[in-house]
Amino acid sequence: MNDESRLKRQETRGILKSSRLHTKESSVAFKENNTRSNERLIWNKKMECMNRAEMRTLQSERLIGLVHRVYNNVPFYRKKMNELGVKPSDIHSIDDIVKLPFTYKNDLRDNYPFNLFAVPMKEIVRVHASSGTTGKPTTVGYTKTDIENWKEVVARCLTMAGIGKEDIMQISYGYGLFTGGLGIHYGAEAVGCSVIPISGGNTRRQLQLMSDFGSTVLACTPSYALHLADALSENGHSLRDMKLKTGVFGAEPWTENMRLELEKKWGIRAHDIYGLSEIMGPGVANDCIKHIGLHVHEDHFFPEVVHADTKQPVADGIEGELVFTTLTKEGIPLLRYNTRDLSTLNHEPCQCGRTSVRMKKITGRSDDMLIIRGVNLFPSQIEHVLLELGETSAHYMLYVDRDNNLDTLELKVELVESQLTDTIRDLQNLSRRIEHALNSAIGLHVKVTLVEPKTITRSEGKAVRVVDNRKK
Amino acid sequence: MTISQLSVFLENKTGYLNQVLAVLAKYNINIIALTVADTSDYGILRAIVSDPGKALEVLRAEQFSVRIHDILSIEMEAAPGTMSRILDLFTAADICIEYVYAFSFGSKSILILRTDNQDKSIEIIKANNLKSITEADLR
Repeated sequence: MNDESRLKRQETRGILKSSRLHTKESSVAFKENNTRSNERLIWNKKMECMNRAEMRTLQSERLIGLVHRVYNNVPFYRKKMNELGVKPSDIHSIDDIVKLPFTYKNDLRDNYPFNLFAVPMKEIVRVHASSGTTGKPTTVGYTKTDIENWKEVVARCLTMAGIGKEDIMQISYGYGLFTGGLGIHYGAEAVGCSVIPISGGNTRRQLQLMSDFGSTVLACTPSYALHLADALSENGHSLRDMKLKTGVFGAEPWTENMRLELEKKWGIRAHDIYGLSEIMGPGVANDCIKHIGLHVHEDHFFPEVVHADTKQPVADGIEGELVFTTLTKEGIPLLRYNTRDLSTLNHEPCQCGRTSVRMKKITGRSDDMLIIRGVNLFPSQIEHVLLELGETSAHYMLYVDRDNNLDTLELKVELVESQLTDTIRDLQNLSRRIEHALNSAIGLHVKVTLVEPKTITRSEGKAVRVVDNRKK
Repeated sequence: MTISQLSVFLENKTGYLNQVLAVLAKYNINIIALTVADTSDYGILRAIVSDPGKALEVLRAEQFSVRIHDILSIEMEAAPGTMSRILDLFTAADICIEYVYAFSFGSKSILILRTDNQDKSIEIIKANNLKSITEADLR
């Protein structure tokens, strides 16, 4: 690193440190910092600041290549395109993307485990999976190039958040089949962070190591970050012991208010990293220090926003379902994957210097999927487990709450009279069996409460199965 | 050997127990003995009543979760040490007591017993000439 940049880094650190100590002045320090070290905050200037026309040319080339790849290698897409009467030769530019079929989460499930892969297994170097709606997970595969690209986009995200060589990054996302931990990991190494792959859970140890190692960056879900902040004092720590300056939070929808709350509680800058395993994992988009939307790495992931009913693309600024096409993905390339996340797009250049399209922070979904501690959950999964067990009625209500900033689930389910005995133990065993079955199916702890038959409200229209009491 | 016991599922809500009792009162069903086993979320009301068949019918009609179970009942001598001596017989046979309650009816002292092995328990009652009581004895 040259002297100038080292100086800038030191300045950055100095300013951030002071902003931690004097929160009232943080917005002033923040601005100053931003104008001085703008350039350092861009990992791949060529791609992130490319002019719009060039970007569209690049996207067009990549889309044409992608369409040929999936048409020739993935029977599912060949069939879908044939049904729509579209041939790869009909795709001349990125504008022709509207001719292509959509892909939904169900399609991944139907093609479980590897049928959407566009390369032979010998080319796949890693597989990740997330929980699915009927016990079958959604599986994704990565080639060496995919892993490289993933590292690249995460590096862009982290750089955008002002993270670099001097940082010690505590990755408290789960490592394993979930894309969170490993997804951030390689990008963090690429920008030169000292990575602490602590994975999720064990709050006491998280705080101990954060203090002992002097972690400057925390990567986890926003709700866990809030939980850790609130657990500081009860674990014998104070903010003074911590050197944290940046948070990279994601894997669940969170509001701007929550972001500000985290910044205040920790005295840090909090960034939103967006991603989903179907598209890549974390790193699809991230907000820069301006926090006006999340920059999408659109040379890899082409975003569209479509109307929830008509599925027609809508104009910038209009809310709809966020759709991604994986322009460069080799392992499991997807055409127009409908995330069901609700967002808007903005193609105006950002004050940070990037020209890449920005998506609005996700705050909701067009389907009933819940995100509980970063885990996707459809109410239908609960129903499936109850029906399979067949020991209760299928009438249930799921109460989602936030206790100490961690999501909690309580399931109220109607007892059937035949299960009623004269001992409490039998009922407790029944609750326990349901809890176990749910835990192994969805990977989450659910507190099961048995209630009287016919006490859960029957609705005449669409059944209301979920009460989400988490504060927005 | 056995007596009919009502088991009613009780949600942990204010006034819920009384709703059950009100139904029994309305149909002139007498409660002879009653005990509630509880957890933080719900409980089970167990009761010996004057007309278990009718109680089942009317509670069900009012949407309660209710069942009848046959349960061991033993008439005891009203003297110190009687219950202990009876339970010793079960312990010696390696039978676990799940729950127990006792009440007086007229001059009778009655022990209600639920064990983890009903058949074996009945054998013990017979072998030791313990006196069992039925609904008829309580009218």
